[in-house]
Amino acid sequence: MAYAHTLHGTRYVFPDLRSLLARATPLRSGDSLAGIAAASAAERVAAQMALADLPLCRFLDEAVIPYETDDVTRLILDTHDRQAFAAIGHLTVGGFRDWLLGDADGPALAALRPGLTPEMAAAVSKLMRLQDLVAVAAKCRVTTGFRNTLGLPGRLAVRLQPNHPTDNPRGVAAALLDGLLLGAGDAVIGVNPATDSPEATATLLHLLDEVRARYAIPTQTCVLAHVTTTLACIARGAPVDLVFQSIGGSEATNRSFGVNLAMLAEAHDAARALQRGTVGGNVMYFETGQGSALSADAHHGVDQQTIEARAYAVARAFDPLLVNTVVGFIGPEYLANGKQITRAGLEDHLCGKLLGLPMGVDVCYTNHADADSDDMDALLTLLGVAGVTYVMGVPGADDVMLSYQSTSFHDALYLRAALGLRPAPEFAAWLDGMGLPNAGAIPAPLAPALIGLG
Amino acid sequence: MTPPARWLDLRRHTPARVALGRVGNAVPTSAHLAFQADHAAARDAVHAALDVERLRRDLAGHGLASQLVRSVCPDRGTYLLRPDLGRRLAPHDLAPAPGRLAFVVGDGLSAVAVQRHAPALLAAVVPVLEPQASIVIATQARVALGDAIGAALAATAVIVLIGERPGLSAADSLGVYITWAPRLGRSDAERNCLSNIRPAGMPVAEAARRLIWLVGEIRRRGLSGVALKDDTPYDRSTEVLGT
Repeated sequence: MAYAHTLHGTRYVFPDLRSLLARATPLRSGDSLAGIAAASAAERVAAQMALADLPLCRFLDEAVIPYETDDVTRLILDTHDRQAFAAIGHLTVGGFRDWLLGDADGPALAALRPGLTPEMAAAVSKLMRLQDLVAVAAKCRVTTGFRNTLGLPGRLAVRLQPNHPTDNPRGVAAALLDGLLLGAGDAVIGVNPATDSPEATATLLHLLDEVRARYAIPTQTCVLAHVTTTLACIARGAPVDLVFQSIGGSEATNRSFGVNLAMLAEAHDAARALQRGTVGGNVMYFETGQGSALSADAHHGVDQQTIEARAYAVARAFDPLLVNTVVGFIGPEYLANGKQITRAGLEDHLCGKLLGLPMGVDVCYTNHADADSDDMDALLTLLGVAGVTYVMGVPGADDVMLSYQSTSFHDALYLRAALGLRPAPEFAAWLDGMGLPNAGAIPAPLAPALIGLG
Repeated sequence: MTPPARWLDLRRHTPARVALGRVGNAVPTSAHLAFQADHAAARDAVHAALDVERLRRDLAGHGLASQLVRSVCPDRGTYLLRPDLGRRLAPHDLAPAPGRLAFVVGDGLSAVAVQRHAPALLAAVVPVLEPQASIVIATQARVALGDAIGAALAATAVIVLIGERPGLSAADSLGVYITWAPRLGRSDAERNCLSNIRPAGMPVAEAARRLIWLVGEIRRRGLSGVALKDDTPYDRSTEVLGT
């Protein structure tokens, strides 16, 4: 079905829903690279006006990727709850924006989740300014648990990311302790392995679990290996708290990651069966990021923000403890500069929250993007106001394994202090008991020698 | 504001920026500026132009002939936003290169890396692998530009030396990609890779040893890529610097 809008005397026609969404998307390099972006600023606004007039129910009749050929589309439509949708079923996309900014409160937004599709969330976010993306996200409340409780009001969690270029156990342990001393680690202590083998992954899993047990930290650990590697580790009895996987918003994107929905379901069941959580049973950790579908030539002509939101439908099918977009990692051909990274981070955060995900953001950039630490400070602060569930904590903001810049332990301290936010309650109590994060020296119970650092 | 000695001791175990100290919730001035300096070096490396004439002189000094090509990318700004253009060869009269292996040196994301390490690495491997080789120097080049060059030269394999995306700890890492039977449309999974070639990473001598071994295996088995070496470390950073 074609859509059209006349602006300033020019009639703009959009042949189908996916092209309407793409043309309405605020400028970013990935959509230009894909050849689907609006050709002019006026065409973009015309598309936004046409989108604003579109009834939300249209998204239930026209899939952006065909139902027959894509299991993510099938997941979205087969699990759609018409009863929950009824609350907004009479609205256009523009009317939905007004409702979100006006009447909608936390309970109404929570009730809406099963009735909302990723495409609806993406569409409405395209009509929003940054302050709208912040204001609506701040109304959403998503709570999950494993060994602590994440997402409560007034809380900000941090993933402690103690990566090392060669997975050296002492190197990982040193960065881990540095992060604990600075109050990080309530979201998860999660290592990206340099080598994705069951042996290397199991070694790291045992290390992280021993540190957690030795220091009695109320948190969860994760080695961010491929799901098949983690399943192999579970089979050999390694201590797996959370199963990690990168996911995307089309069947072909997930195939490029070497996964499908059945594998994720198998991993979810396997981790649940271990019953290692003490306060909750959320056992999955997903990462996403705009551009992955285009990078894998698996985007089907859908703009990168809409297909990113579709990845959240995959995530929510498995009740994750944590989901984060790695917003600036992929490079300038997808998000060119600080402005584009900032908007994408806030869009992803809002869409994830609207769909019911415990959404964090890896606020980050690479050295070939036109971005720097000032851009990261701005996005981090905006996300804090928006109620982001967690951010990353990397020593000095410099990941020496993945060669990109994220947020630091110090950045998280800044954000908590600036906005009066506290760590997850169980973790906050542990920090208080250790006199952290304001001890000038390493407290005796956290002696480095206890974790093999002489 | 100096951290206590034991906290500082953590630095012995990792190159990560641990034990930076604290002023309020921020890092002290010295650590802040050290980070800015490293980022500046990386940014400058991304935007530096390859000094082609100097590279040709350095190669000639090792007895290596060379010729020049470029991708269809007009400038660095376009290069960063349009990787597809960096993979397409501008029209050229490529001189036939003697031998069955084609060697390509591309600027990639760090001309600094190429300038510093490519001549020494080529000097170590070319006499062993293909003594008569002529080196193709390519500017505004992505890895896959080597496929077009290798195909044009009818090479059995193409070896691309290319500047890797600079990190904060090193702006001069060189990568090497080897592709058997190069032609348009080869995927990254069909290549083998050596990365982080620099004095504090993989020194040139070690890279040369590994490269000679890898090329020998690729020639012996008549294939390259994951089928050859399925224990290649999975690394998101190489995924992005890629193609």
